[in-house]
Amino acid sequence: MSSLLKASNVESYIGLYTILHDVNLEINKGEAVALLGRNGAGKTTFLKTLMNLVSTRKGSIELEGRSIVGVPTHKIAKMGIGYVPEDYGVFDALTIEENLRVAMWKEDKETLERVDSVLDLFPDLKVAYKRMASTLSGGQRQMLSISRALVNENRIILIDEPSKGLAPVVIEKLAHALKAISKDATVLLVEQNFAMACAVADKYYIISEGRTVNNGDIKDLMQNKELQHKHLGVM
Amino acid sequence: MDIFITLVINGLAQGALLFLLASGLSIILGLMGVVNFTHGTLFIWGGYVYIWIFTLTDSFLLGILAAVGVTFLMGVFFEKFFVSRVYGNVPAQILITLGLQVIFTDLVRLIWGATPLTIGRPDFLADTWIVGGIVIVQYRVFLIAVGVIVAFGIHLLLNKTKIGMIVRAGVQRPDMVRALGININTYFTFVFAGGAALAGLGGALYAPLVGSMASTAGMHNQVLAFIVVVVGGMGSFMGSAGGSVLLGLMGSGIAWFAPGFASVANVGLMAIVLAFKPSGLFGLAVKK
Repeated sequence: MSSLLKASNVESYIGLYTILHDVNLEINKGEAVALLGRNGAGKTTFLKTLMNLVSTRKGSIELEGRSIVGVPTHKIAKMGIGYVPEDYGVFDALTIEENLRVAMWKEDKETLERVDSVLDLFPDLKVAYKRMASTLSGGQRQMLSISRALVNENRIILIDEPSKGLAPVVIEKLAHALKAISKDATVLLVEQNFAMACAVADKYYIISEGRTVNNGDIKDLMQNKELQHKHLGVM
Repeated sequence: MDIFITLVINGLAQGALLFLLASGLSIILGLMGVVNFTHGTLFIWGGYVYIWIFTLTDSFLLGILAAVGVTFLMGVFFEKFFVSRVYGNVPAQILITLGLQVIFTDLVRLIWGATPLTIGRPDFLADTWIVGGIVIVQYRVFLIAVGVIVAFGIHLLLNKTKIGMIVRAGVQRPDMVRALGININTYFTFVFAGGAALAGLGGALYAPLVGSMASTAGMHNQVLAFIVVVVGGMGSFMGSAGGSVLLGLMGSGIAWFAPGFASVANVGLMAIVLAFKPSGLFGLAVKK
């Protein structure tokens, strides 16, 4: 399988502080990979580094063999990386429809069909299509944020903690949708909810204190209670 | 009653001019977080270019188009070469835009001289109507109409077009707009230049109203526009419209009943709004 996204020895910083010290990760086309770790380990910073929302100091990041280090964020997105931030990044002053339209690179037949199929995944959004985003619940905002990343033909979707702060019943819905998405798309999922990560991902990487310390098949991690306890705090 | 109607028309006309200046300023502040002091000089450039072209061609339309075109290009120049280098650094923005204000205002004096240029109203707007004993100045009604048309145009642009959606999204989350594959910097330039052109249009329309344009008119009107932005709510287009009408009407009334208090009233209103509703009377367009 060809490597879609490859990060090697990545070091990145915010202000005066180095957050990532040595992150190595490789995702192949069609894979769903969970990036796991405790709070403050550097998972969110790594996704931001991929989007050049946080600057890379050292190391290399390649998308299908092309370096994306230092490339402006909007160009990285146009290269085919969809990004769903931790705080949803929904535009409150716009309706659901407008949020999706802003995200569309083209409004051709193909894109509109894709929007229809995305809305089939999230019927809640279909019902409230003309509603202002400011009126949406946390779960609906997350659904909208994920939908925005799916309206274009992206090569990979980066999703940051989709289950954070949501009710169990909403998490269940999201897990179902993400599982469906990961069948067709390449996904890098940052997640603290281990059950959710297991439901969606095939592979995992663990980050601890800004370094990737372990990786492998998610089924193996599900069996390895010691590793779960050591790096994820799962009892 | 007659005087009341006259004051309302005067106030609305003044409000329309203020709106042209303040709406661009407000959106630039809201979207780009830029405290922009170049608006005053763009205002007078609009006025001087209009007078220059109108005098040469005797065409009101050509004069307006030239004023809008020149100030739009000045806006592109200011944003690309100066303002874009100081995003996120408010003290540097104030210094650099104040510097541009001083330089380009002096440039006006260098090109057209320090003496104010006089200009009449175009023939087709030079008359008055008399309705039931009330004298209505055609040019003031024209200004109100332009204000309404521009407000309606901006409203349509912001709310019914994809450009508007991106601008509104960018006001809230420029980083997220970038992460969706949109080069928000191009929109920043467009918005800055659009705001500059509106200021230029304001200056071009102001000159025939008062019969002249002086190089000192920029800062005075800039301060009024800032008051409108604070009163209306930063980044709020509707706030700018409401704030402009409010200040225009208030200014018109005070100029009649207590002319000595004109400046005090404007600043006083701003102080009251800041004390009791810091987000502006009409609230912020979006939460930052």
